[in-house]
Amino acid sequence: MIKFDNVSKRYPGGHQALSQVNFELGDGEMAFLTGRSGAGKSTLLKLIMLMEKTSQGEIVVNGKNLARMPRDQIPFYRRRIGVVFQDHQLLFDRTVFDNVALPLQIEGYPKHEADRRVRAALDKVGLLKKEKMNPMALSGGEQQRIGIARAVVNRPQILLADEPTGNLDPELAAEIMTLLEQFNQVGVSMLIASHDLSLITRLSHRILTLHNGQLINDATYPVPPGAGRRAEAERCPGSAQ
Amino acid sequence: MSKRKPESGAKQRQQTSTSRLKSLWQSHRAVALLSIRKLIGEPAASAMTIAVIGIALLLPTTLFVAMNNLQILSEGVSESSRITLYLADTLSEAEGRSLSEQLLARPDISTGAYISPTQAAEEFREYSGLGDVLSELEENPLPAVIVLSPQDIDEASGAALLTELNALAGVESAQLDLEWIARLQRFLDLAQRMSTALMLILALAVLFVVGNTIRLAIESRRAEIVVVKLVGGTDSYVARPFLYTGFWYGLGGGVLAWLLLSLIMLALGGPLAALLALYDNQHTVHGLSLLSGLVLLTGSALLGWLGAWISVRQHLAAIEPR
Repeated sequence: MIKFDNVSKRYPGGHQALSQVNFELGDGEMAFLTGRSGAGKSTLLKLIMLMEKTSQGEIVVNGKNLARMPRDQIPFYRRRIGVVFQDHQLLFDRTVFDNVALPLQIEGYPKHEADRRVRAALDKVGLLKKEKMNPMALSGGEQQRIGIARAVVNRPQILLADEPTGNLDPELAAEIMTLLEQFNQVGVSMLIASHDLSLITRLSHRILTLHNGQLINDATYPVPPGAGRRAEAERCPGSAQ
Repeated sequence: MSKRKPESGAKQRQQTSTSRLKSLWQSHRAVALLSIRKLIGEPAASAMTIAVIGIALLLPTTLFVAMNNLQILSEGVSESSRITLYLADTLSEAEGRSLSEQLLARPDISTGAYISPTQAAEEFREYSGLGDVLSELEENPLPAVIVLSPQDIDEASGAALLTELNALAGVESAQLDLEWIARLQRFLDLAQRMSTALMLILALAVLFVVGNTIRLAIESRRAEIVVVKLVGGTDSYVARPFLYTGFWYGLGGGVLAWLLLSLIMLALGGPLAALLALYDNQHTVHGLSLLSGLVLLTGSALLGWLGAWISVRQHLAAIEPR
């Protein structure tokens, strides 16, 4: 579904954000992307979203080489990918419902069909009763769930999340992760950036670890006792909280 | 809410082209209504912009109407242009009348009349109010004249006709007051050009006003634009509300200009008609015709749209999700 082939990203000004990253995320697979802040997690996601262009190497998403995608195709490509942000990027000038409906409006869904899907998505994240409220009036965890509903409302094949639990307390964070897992179970491929090692190691999914822009570990937890976890902790001191 | 047939393939991503068209129309209508609602929602700011556009449009529109009236007025004048032939004293009344008949037979003369010195004296007495002066004179000093009105006359053909008439036997002199018609024509041409130039300049001003207003609107909705682009909004989708806003601004300005012009016509119409009546003129003052008004509205709406389009092209591309 997502394939990185020797991908490097150097920002103007010389900062090397990613160096020769190689990995492949299968169809329907769920993986975490971890590492300290500045390790390149956000850059990696931005490359997939085509918010940034690679300096070297090749990214192929769903059979499409991103480097060769014409600018006018980018919006249509993005419609197939749901994104969840740490700061959820909600619009506070409209209701919860309208926030979630935005991707469908953009795609030009007929209203009755859009309404049905929005309600289904809101129901799934448990916010159906708050559809008429302004997101500003809701808690951080609820806002994040609106963000998730918006990301899945047009049934994307891929869901990316950048620190979706970054601003939440551990309990809410675990709740959000469980919610995301549920979407993975219906076949959505997922790549979730998170530095919350204690949380993500409890969930048995693949974990990609970035350090200074390099992919230094690619393993599935829980690992056999005593094997990888110590090595991971040594390589990435301070990232476990 | 309008009723629609449920889509059979709604579950699929592929939609039929008719339903795409329908939903595109739906989305356009929604955006158009939303943008006008936003304008109404901020009445003070919108009114300012619309007032500036309206006043900018009012000036050339007023000039246009004034020119139109002058043109109609001057056409009436040149149509009624008359050639006066002053006949020599040696010509008898019968000879004069037969000359008049001959001239009337020409294709470039539409009407002609012989006026004897006696008739001329009577007319003079009647209209000039100086009849007493005339009666004190021993003999009638007025010559016999033939008054002709030429057919379809312009400057060149008028001058040629005049030369020909001047050369006729028994004609002392022929007079056609071409010069002031020519001057009026030149003046009108000049004024026409000036109003065209003014129109272009003020159209440019409207573009800038709308462009700047839209630039501010884009700035204030930066966050929204970023989110829309992130979830797959195309450039044209992002631009659409701003283009509609520009369109409404332009249209509002056009309506305001028309309204103001009508008020001006209402205020000036009475005194102007009275003034024209003093000159024994049948001309009625024309306001903006329905057609010209519609042209004004279309033009102003297009100007607003264009101003928004220029602004959108300049500023929207710079807002990309980072």
